[in-house]
Amino acid sequence: MKNDRYELNKELAQMLKGGVIMDVTTPEQAKIAESAGACAVMALERIPADIRAAGGVSRMSDPKMIKGIQEAVSIPVMAKCRIGHFVEAQILQAIEIDYIDESEVLSPADDVYHIDKTEFKVPFVCGARDLGEALRRIGEGASMIRTKGEPGTGNVVQAVRHMRRMNREIAEITSMSSDELYEAAKELRVSLPLLEYVHEKRRLPVVNFAAGGIATPADAALMMQLGAEGVFVGSGIFKSGNPEKRANAIVKAVTNYKDADLIAKLSEDLGEAMVGINEQEIAILMEERGK
Amino acid sequence: MKAAIVAVQGDFAEHRKALEEMGIECVELRQKGDLDKSYDMLVLPGGESTSQGKLLRELGMFERLKEQITEGLPVFATCAGLILLSENISNDGHTYFGTLPVTVRRNAYGRQLGSFRTLGRFAELPDVPMTFIRAPYIEKTFCGTEILSEVAGKIVAVRYHNQLAISFHPELDRDKRVLRFFLDEICR
Repeated sequence: MKNDRYELNKELAQMLKGGVIMDVTTPEQAKIAESAGACAVMALERIPADIRAAGGVSRMSDPKMIKGIQEAVSIPVMAKCRIGHFVEAQILQAIEIDYIDESEVLSPADDVYHIDKTEFKVPFVCGARDLGEALRRIGEGASMIRTKGEPGTGNVVQAVRHMRRMNREIAEITSMSSDELYEAAKELRVSLPLLEYVHEKRRLPVVNFAAGGIATPADAALMMQLGAEGVFVGSGIFKSGNPEKRANAIVKAVTNYKDADLIAKLSEDLGEAMVGINEQEIAILMEERGK
Repeated sequence: MKAAIVAVQGDFAEHRKALEEMGIECVELRQKGDLDKSYDMLVLPGGESTSQGKLLRELGMFERLKEQITEGLPVFATCAGLILLSENISNDGHTYFGTLPVTVRRNAYGRQLGSFRTLGRFAELPDVPMTFIRAPYIEKTFCGTEILSEVAGKIVAVRYHNQLAISFHPELDRDKRVLRFFLDEICR
């Protein structure tokens, strides 16, 4: 039965593929996201850019606020808990969230252990910068992976780096002979069966989205061309001049990510993009949280 | 035979894999120009119906696909695809193609915690694996729509002439009998 649940949770992620998951902070924003064509929303009190600006400890959102968003839309609703904070996760499960993001965007509650996600019925998505992190999270029970990128910056460079690294490492594992996998599993600190899956199937055992710093239709299409199966957009939409139009354009760019003519049209007149922060100017590196 | 799979959002890759394993060639429909390809059947995959419905309209595919369905193109629709075909959606103001005379209920089993797997009868086929992911079910059928499967008293698969619409996801299972039924009974 437990296994059945894990399969169902991986399969929900399969239904989200080719779609855009948007960060929203109010029921109104959730409705804008849904009518723009988002395949799910992430309910949170403050988007990553504001979490950065405010500083201090950031925690799971008020359950009442999350419920308000659940009532406003019919698409799946996700919410974030702190890394290692299994009670926040229990609360999110109690309010029947569709997906929990054990997220480095919030302040980690445990600097050693992640949540044992196999103990939960609701699915988890986790961030990863490389194959080792991804397979460790999957080993703990994550049924979906996303790149960490660097949330709240509007700068796509880290997401690109993480996706390329993941692809390169998958290619390396694929090209190994099977007797080399034992040592590789030891080096990556991952379980052998998960590594054998990657070796045989040439892909992660779960769906892999891009996240962290995606701000434009071109950014979203870039991540899709690099092999992402869908995209999370956080601060990029509601920190921009015309959220509705930008959200619409990003959704279409993800569907037709290889069509430069269409993406050119979609990129016209979107108003101001979020200002963004360059890598060298970042005070807190969220990607360093939870390895 | 060639299948066209609506590939704007959802599990179109899983449908493609299942069809290709049965020797069916596939093309993906992502924008208006793709409708100029030739195909003998249409697949509406699982995913989010709001997202898919909107993209079909705004990418200029909606009207022509609706015409093709009305004119008799065989259609295989799962989950969100069933919602796109339905004439009425009891808990949603939208309707999409509206070519299938049924009333459907979206997210009828609740949120992800309500998702489940079971074995059930489909037409004459016993013990068909059925995977329901935030699934709809059919509340009412009209105009002689044929009921092919019920699970716990709820209608989960119907046929209306050229349209086969299913609440669950045969494309996720290795069991190919439902797809075989579509190819043999509707596409021949």
